[in-house]
Amino acid sequence: MSAPVWIVNARLLDPTSEYDGPGAVRVEDGRIADVVRSAAFVPFDDRETIDAGGLCLSPGLIDIRVKTGEPGAEPKETLKSAALSAAAGGVTTLVIQPDTAPAVDDPAMVDFIQRRGAALGLVNILTAGAATQGCEGKLMAEIGLMQEAGALYFTDVDQVIADSGTLMRVMAYATAFNALIACRPHDPWLSKGAVATSGELATRLGLSSVPAIAERMQMERDLALVEQTGVRFLVDQISTAGALETLDRARLRGLEVAASVSINHLRFNEVDIGDYRTFYRMDPPLRDENDRLALIEAVRDGRIDVITSAHSPAPAEDKRRPFAEATPGAVGLQTLLPAALGLHHEDDLPLLDVLRPMTVGPAELLGLAAGRLATGAPADLILFDPDAPVVIDADALRSKSKNSPFDNRRLQGRVERTWVGGRSIFSA
Amino acid sequence: MARPDSDLLTVIQERLRPFPRDHFLSVTDLNAQTARELLDLADGFVELNQGSAKSLDLMAGRTVVNLFFENSTRTSASFEIAARRLGADVISLSPRASSVAKGETLIDTAATLNAMKPDILVVRHSASGAADLLSQKVGCAVVNAGDGRHEHPTQALLDLLTLKREFGDVGGLTVAICGDVAHSRVARSNVALLSMMGARVRLVGPPTLVPGDADRWGCEVFHDMRQGLEGCDVVMMLRLQLERMQGALVPSTREYYRFWGLDREKLKVAAPGVRVMHPGPMNRGVEIDSDIADDPVISLIQTQVEMGVSARMAVLAGLSLRREGAGL
Repeated sequence: MSAPVWIVNARLLDPTSEYDGPGAVRVEDGRIADVVRSAAFVPFDDRETIDAGGLCLSPGLIDIRVKTGEPGAEPKETLKSAALSAAAGGVTTLVIQPDTAPAVDDPAMVDFIQRRGAALGLVNILTAGAATQGCEGKLMAEIGLMQEAGALYFTDVDQVIADSGTLMRVMAYATAFNALIACRPHDPWLSKGAVATSGELATRLGLSSVPAIAERMQMERDLALVEQTGVRFLVDQISTAGALETLDRARLRGLEVAASVSINHLRFNEVDIGDYRTFYRMDPPLRDENDRLALIEAVRDGRIDVITSAHSPAPAEDKRRPFAEATPGAVGLQTLLPAALGLHHEDDLPLLDVLRPMTVGPAELLGLAAGRLATGAPADLILFDPDAPVVIDADALRSKSKNSPFDNRRLQGRVERTWVGGRSIFSA
Repeated sequence: MARPDSDLLTVIQERLRPFPRDHFLSVTDLNAQTARELLDLADGFVELNQGSAKSLDLMAGRTVVNLFFENSTRTSASFEIAARRLGADVISLSPRASSVAKGETLIDTAATLNAMKPDILVVRHSASGAADLLSQKVGCAVVNAGDGRHEHPTQALLDLLTLKREFGDVGGLTVAICGDVAHSRVARSNVALLSMMGARVRLVGPPTLVPGDADRWGCEVFHDMRQGLEGCDVVMMLRLQLERMQGALVPSTREYYRFWGLDREKLKVAAPGVRVMHPGPMNRGVEIDSDIADDPVISLIQTQVEMGVSARMAVLAGLSLRREGAGL
């Protein structure tokens, strides 16, 4: 039983209640015990009080798409290094992707990830489960037992379940458990071997490329199967304007599907790969500027439910290679908040709209109690200065892999404190 | 040879009616009235079969051919015994269905056998509709002993006989049919026959094994076993082929057992006095706990096998009588 703590003199940011204003929060026994929405508040009990100094206090970020190297590729990243990185980045809950070695495709592996995560005593480490055995797209994984063990959703991550019959059976089966299925849409044949998005730039650089329509095509199939089976569904990592149109049409027809986007595709476009800069090699590849702007608009008007870091550690030896040979992906846990705050500073999104897809958005999707400044919610909180200028130094990141596309970039926004379950786990 | 009790023989003679159709291909060849008559006759045969003198001469001089293109032990044996007890001559054949193109083989084989003038052809085949096709090509009566995933009408009849003897009347009973409904001919026949007789039928199983539109058969569909079993008088478990449980339709046997395998815990929510059935052969520890399968009070599984002979005797005797009436 921890003593009650007041965090006072804060600018509260709570996307759930749409509150952006002065106030204080009382924390007791790991939960939010009180939320006061007023500047003129002085706590009447004289126990520990933390003065926020007018900085922003919001729910900690929830990042539902995090890869580590544990188990199977620990030199890249361990759960511990990822958790330390998350704590410094204001991410208080992260959801591990199941495409590890071995894959998280049975209840014992779900249990393993959760136990290892809990033993660290840092951020909340939860996991998704594989949709098919070994993420191989052939045989159904133990969705029911994994969900019972705590898996939050089911996905083969970057692997497409190419056999539509298999995907339909996975989806139909998942409905028995009201389980959430996620698919990252990309036509596996069009995207085979591709390292960039099709266009003038890829042609000039002589890089194998995948057209933007490869995303929309696969998504049309996925959504048709969602309509057939009635499964709860997340379109994972939309990166093109065309896919957004498909999403809009599906929703107009009454289909309830969620959609996520990675922070990389909101901040960068294909031009960033410039002279074969492999740290900007992503999967899906960075797209046209028009795609990026369309994604920002979709975040602005709430059509995107979740923003992820798409944290994907790759050590220097995997990145310092010819562009087509370099491992795609970027680390992002520690830079997620300042990168996302670019949507506020550069694209004029209100802070609440920037935070929503990283807090209550994923919380509602996954049925988590976190992500809200509300009485009874877990005291997973961050205190941050949204305006503080920072220069990202990839070498100083806590992740074991330093493959950050933000290296040497000037951003705004710094996390000052991070609490998980009322416990301070990071202080700048 | 000891003769059966003469009073019993009289009862059987009184209950004997010509079968309502030339063939028994589907439970829809019956209606509530003819099904009830058939059950009454079968009831008489049960008494006969429980005595020491079991042989009759109702089908003396008749020839029954068992034509099983699919492996079967219990159904084939059950038909054979039923026919022998009625005094018929029986041969059982099991040609390999897979070795040749199926449609051609089926019709060729039928034509060949037909030329030898059997009276009743009992056929099992892996293709839905096979018995129906055969019935159009032969001059004898055809009994469907299972066609693909379509129907297994004598199984439904023996299940109904089992329930009738246990509960008196199936009208008003709630029966949950659980497991691989999608691939089950037993389920299809039972749904139709039980509904015809006034029972309420539920289908329970994962969405990959219980077709979503099965509710249009007039059944309630449940994917949650506990909800599906709540208040049920009868739980009818279906066999799940092991190859369907390794990831194709169900992730694993252990997951299937956890959510849809019948154990005491799940059975708790059923009505007091619940009875459990299974058409066999069972996957013990997968779809059903041995503990339940072998429980002499709850389990009707052995009774089902016993009733099989009597139900089939009733069908064969009825068909034989119809042929007699038609001068065949």
